[in-house]
Amino acid sequence: MIDRIAALGRGTLDVLMAIGRAGLFLVQSVFCLPSREGFHLWLRQMHFVGVMSVAIVLVSGLFIGMVLALQGYTILVGFGADEALGQMVALSLVRELAPVVAALLFAGRAGSALTAEIGLMKATEQLTSMEMIGVDPLRRIVAPRLWAGFVSLPILTVIFAVVGIWGGYLVGVDWLGVYDGSYWSNMQDSVDFVGDVLNGMVKSLVFGLVVTWIAVFQGYDLVPTSEGISRATTRTVVYASLAVLGLDFVLTALMFGDLG
Amino acid sequence: MKRNSVLELGVGLFMLAGILGLVFLGLRVSGLSFGVPQNTFTLTANFANIGGLRPQAKVSMSGVRIGKVTDIELDPKWFDAKVTMQIDAQYDGKFSDDTTAAILTAGLLGEQYVGLTVGGSPKMLHDGDVIHDTQQALVLEQLIQQFVSNMAK
Repeated sequence: MIDRIAALGRGTLDVLMAIGRAGLFLVQSVFCLPSREGFHLWLRQMHFVGVMSVAIVLVSGLFIGMVLALQGYTILVGFGADEALGQMVALSLVRELAPVVAALLFAGRAGSALTAEIGLMKATEQLTSMEMIGVDPLRRIVAPRLWAGFVSLPILTVIFAVVGIWGGYLVGVDWLGVYDGSYWSNMQDSVDFVGDVLNGMVKSLVFGLVVTWIAVFQGYDLVPTSEGISRATTRTVVYASLAVLGLDFVLTALMFGDLG
Repeated sequence: MKRNSVLELGVGLFMLAGILGLVFLGLRVSGLSFGVPQNTFTLTANFANIGGLRPQAKVSMSGVRIGKVTDIELDPKWFDAKVTMQIDAQYDGKFSDDTTAAILTAGLLGEQYVGLTVGGSPKMLHDGDVIHDTQQALVLEQLIQQFVSNMAK
């Protein structure tokens, strides 16, 4: 009995210590002076994290927009309200689907790679050797990746939303025959730039920070064995996806739930 | 560190795609219009019941959008709803002062909007004037109630 209580206490302390380490880790790596070299490191990571994720975001955005239009049309046409298709596609993409799905894809595509990369650096003791020669691995390895994730996820979200709306247009207007003018004008009447588009951007900024934070921290904090790397990579995807979905509910309640 | 121009070009294009996408979301999807705010003039109308009318609802005449509802508040004197509308300035002084305003519904389940219909008076409406002849929103429950009480007779 006492053993079990002690185990509970140990578990709690472990979790609290991990949260504390993760917080310190974030603060230490985010707040560092910008430098010319840091900018180039950041650029390289932007290429890896952002540009290389464009293809998957383009394809999934297109298909999600097309499916939304198809599903929405079959429901809306029952009410004779198929003109509201543009509004439905745009609002659901801009408010919810683009930030969340782009963040989930980002966690799978870029987050797991970041964890594995940093984890292997730790396992092969590259991080320790960097410290030995006086290079701070937080600044050299972690900070560029954090900033790249923070900047590139909102851009990926915008691309996702635009492609999705275009996919909805393809299916709704070109295929199912919704009137072109009402697709756009209903959308423009109902979508508010600050309330919908910018709130979606705020969501994706938060997701970008959280997903990259989890990814680099899991890589930095793992047990440096091959099994540890595989576990940490799995944890990155699972934790990041859960954090995105949970935070999405909280942010949605704050933004659209009239709680404030 | 060695510069890699292909990489820089890629990241530049990526950032550009993001900015262009945001512009597209602003202009095409949410219908923002930049530049000076359009010239408008203000009309108000008191309705006995506005139903589900909300600010930002459109104001139309003959189905053409001519302005939007900017404010809805309860008039404490008459206890009816005071609806403030911004109408495009090109129509200032074009509507007669017996213009009627009605709250209409777009389609069966659509949004509610204000429809204006011109009258025949020689006097014209100007900025800040009040439309007196109004028709309240159709409330389904009231209609059903009327229908049921008529059936009972």
